Amino acid sequence: MTDTSFTPPGRVPAPRHGSLITLDARTKKRNAAEKRFRMYGIAAIATGLIFLTVLLSAIIANGKGAFQQTFITTQVFFDPAKLDKNGDRNIDDIKKVSTFGYTPLLHNAIFAEVTDRGIETPLTKASEMKALISASAAAQVRDAVIANPDLIGETVEFRILASSRVDGYLKGRVSRESVIRDKSIDAEHLDLTDALADAGVIEKRFNLSFITGADASESRAEQAGMGVSILGSLFMMLVVLVLSLPIGVAASIYLEEFAKQNRWTDLIEVNISNLAAVPSIVFGILGLAVFIQFAHLPQSAPLVGGLVLTLMTLPTIIISTRASLKAVPPSIRDAALGIGASKMQSVVHHVLPLAAPGILTGTIIGLAQALGETAPLLLIGMVGYIASNYPDGIASGFLDPNSAMPAQIYEWAKRADPAYYERAWGGIIILLVVLLSMNLIAIILRRRFERRW
Amino acid sequence: MPVFWLVIVVLALAAAGYILGRSRALTSAGGDIRRLHSLPSYYGWNAALKVIIPALLLLVVWLLAQPFYVNSVVSKMIPQAEISEGSSRGLVMAEVRRTANGLDSIAAAGLIDDDETRNLRVDTTDVTKLLKDAGQVVTSGITQPVLAAAQHYRIMKASGDLIMSIAVVAFALAGLLWGVRESHFDFRARNVVEQVVKALLIAAASIAVLTTVGIVFSLIFNTWEFFRLYPAADFYTLFEWAPSFSGRGGASSLGILPLLWGTFYISLVALVVAVPVGLFAAIYLSEYASPTVRGFAKPMLELLAGIPTIVYGLFALLTVGPMLLTVFGDDGLGWMQGGRAVMTAGITMGIMLIPFVSSLSDDIINSVPQSMRDGSYGLGATKSETIKQVVLPAALPGIIGAVLLAASRAIGETMIVVLGAGAAARLSLNPFEAMTTVTAKIVSQLTGDSDFASPEALVAFALGMNLFILTLALNVLALYIVRKYREQYE
Repeated sequence: MTDTSFTPPGRVPAPRHGSLITLDARTKKRNAAEKRFRMYGIAAIATGLIFLTVLLSAIIANGKGAFQQTFITTQVFFDPAKLDKNGDRNIDDIKKVSTFGYTPLLHNAIFAEVTDRGIETPLTKASEMKALISASAAAQVRDAVIANPDLIGETVEFRILASSRVDGYLKGRVSRESVIRDKSIDAEHLDLTDALADAGVIEKRFNLSFITGADASESRAEQAGMGVSILGSLFMMLVVLVLSLPIGVAASIYLEEFAKQNRWTDLIEVNISNLAAVPSIVFGILGLAVFIQFAHLPQSAPLVGGLVLTLMTLPTIIISTRASLKAVPPSIRDAALGIGASKMQSVVHHVLPLAAPGILTGTIIGLAQALGETAPLLLIGMVGYIASNYPDGIASGFLDPNSAMPAQIYEWAKRADPAYYERAWGGIIILLVVLLSMNLIAIILRRRFERRW
Repeated sequence: MPVFWLVIVVLALAAAGYILGRSRALTSAGGDIRRLHSLPSYYGWNAALKVIIPALLLLVVWLLAQPFYVNSVVSKMIPQAEISEGSSRGLVMAEVRRTANGLDSIAAAGLIDDDETRNLRVDTTDVTKLLKDAGQVVTSGITQPVLAAAQHYRIMKASGDLIMSIAVVAFALAGLLWGVRESHFDFRARNVVEQVVKALLIAAASIAVLTTVGIVFSLIFNTWEFFRLYPAADFYTLFEWAPSFSGRGGASSLGILPLLWGTFYISLVALVVAVPVGLFAAIYLSEYASPTVRGFAKPMLELLAGIPTIVYGLFALLTVGPMLLTVFGDDGLGWMQGGRAVMTAGITMGIMLIPFVSSLSDDIINSVPQSMRDGSYGLGATKSETIKQVVLPAALPGIIGAVLLAASRAIGETMIVVLGAGAAARLSLNPFEAMTTVTAKIVSQLTGDSDFASPEALVAFALGMNLFILTLALNVLALYIVRKYREQYE
């Protein structure tokens, strides 16, 4: 029997729909809705990707300038009459001349460059060159003389930092309109800068000291660098690694392998999952109240920062470690127990080594997360001052006040001088490069050692 | 660094314990490993653990307890007359500690010898000048009671440190003796070591609980302190946030409501940005996208989640704010006065939350069983109809859970609002106005120079308490909803 026999003979039903080729209105509407819905999805993905592109290009466009710095190359004559009045090259006498004694020498040197090249400028006094050079240049020159007193009486070539206004002008940050209200530089200096740049006296070069240097005071943006705060972050990460890896692994082993299903275990598990979602600023409050107010640990120290970040990363590390312990098949444990190992031996000798790559990956990702965290560091005082000294030695690295990369970026973002915004973006590039390489290492480790059972 | 050396000594004793314990067990078995109850290394570990654990435990407890004891004894020495108007015993004690540290360093630098520092008197020597000349930080002129207290403080601290060192080393030696004496061939060393290790594992797992306890206690104590200085009723009902800058209370009005309003408003804007984008991205990725598109777009979106919040903060301050200002500012529509506004922070936070919403929703949509989709297709529904009428209703509780988790993230977010939202607390409906949030005020109240006893600083703990409760409640609610939903299909 076929379907046709259900149709009463002689009555062919009128087709409600058109045909497969011409769609009726309702189908068209449904198809359009389908298409629209799909477009929403594509639009959402595109929006996300556009945001990502805008963010990354803003970072690169604004930050790349920080890796270049304007320098002035000039011949400095160390006038013995000013630097060493007695003429006996006594180092103690030379040290008595402060940076104020060296500043005129630099002004003269730059002015000589201007007059030698026949550059026409309304600035007729050597002291008017002050606006071109960084306030740090005198200290740089003075240090060179103290290190080598024989330089006195000689003419030596130096590459000194230009002031941040000159730097900003060459990078397009400072415009002729903006200097009208600027007290530290005026349009004549900009003309002079153009002329000296054409002559090759003023030039932009790669700025290594941005990566290795120390922070500088508010008025010397051209001198500020990330170096000290990178060390601060490094010491903090050492604390986090040394504490959170063993504690996290121990906690995970207990919860995954030994814990009986009881109230205490439940309490611990609920705690861990809730701690993972507590806002990071609350950890900062904890650090302030417990480590600084209660235990009297030094404020702003990387040790305290590391302790706070350890507590913050522990849940992340425990969750990922438990996942990789869970991934080790039970047959491994059974085999170990079967040939007479104790429970502890089966875990330590067999399960743990097999789970190690996963644990390592999770730890690196947890560290990367801790490295970018800022809010708790604000509360334990890792901002608000100038991190200008390198730690001298291991103990001082842990205990002396320092900054950290994200805290340094925040500090620069708060300063009024726009020259510091460029530094902040540049600092972000360094931070992101570090984070990216940590994540890449984690991905490579996972690819290389991951085992599928 | 005596503590450092103390730890080294303890570790060295532990190493000695390992070697002695192991060899003694072997000797007792006549060199025949088979007669031992456990492997030889377990006898070594038994001795080593018995050296390390009690000694280091004592060290930690002592280091925490000694400052309290010394402080309480020395602060009793300070006569009431010494505490001037507007000062407190705590401040005088801080001066005493500074003086003691100063005496320590001048003695260490060899400027005067140790006996002399003990016998210094204010009426014969100008101690303030002496310390200042040596580069020490002392705030005011040192009076005789302060100096006497500082000298006593130094003596107590020095003798405390000495006793501590002796006690720790004695503990370590006793542990060594105990562990080594136990090392006999029929001693069950493995069982003991494994019990101890297991106890250590439990201790490590309990740190999570300790952290929570620490958070709760530090919040409760300081909040309690705050409510003693400032009425709780005002805190929860005042519509004004205006801390006085003197740091002495009195004129401050500290109402949480404007801060909560700013927090909710900014979070709302963030969710309005993040939820549609994140949700549609998740739907597209899990239902429509080819494996290639998914393999590219998903990690790219998740890249947004890996970027630290300070980066978003700077992005809000220096890119989003000025961008909005050109459109809505005085040159454009004239709705916006400055770059910092609810919209600035909200939009940036929304961008940050997109991957959070999308990856959570992605998991939930993927966990809806395929058979439900197949049933819907079999009835002639199109793909979008299936998603709208079958998949999303099934996934709804999970998605609501994800949105709640995102909301809790938004409420607790700090750096974006610190840099992007402004500092003035306002109750306003205009999203282009600067407002401030609970987290931003926690940062600003605790990063100044104000002393921790003033209500202006303590209010940060009360704010933190409310923030903690709020986010915790949202998380618990979200987890409850997600968990309840999961059970339906398993």
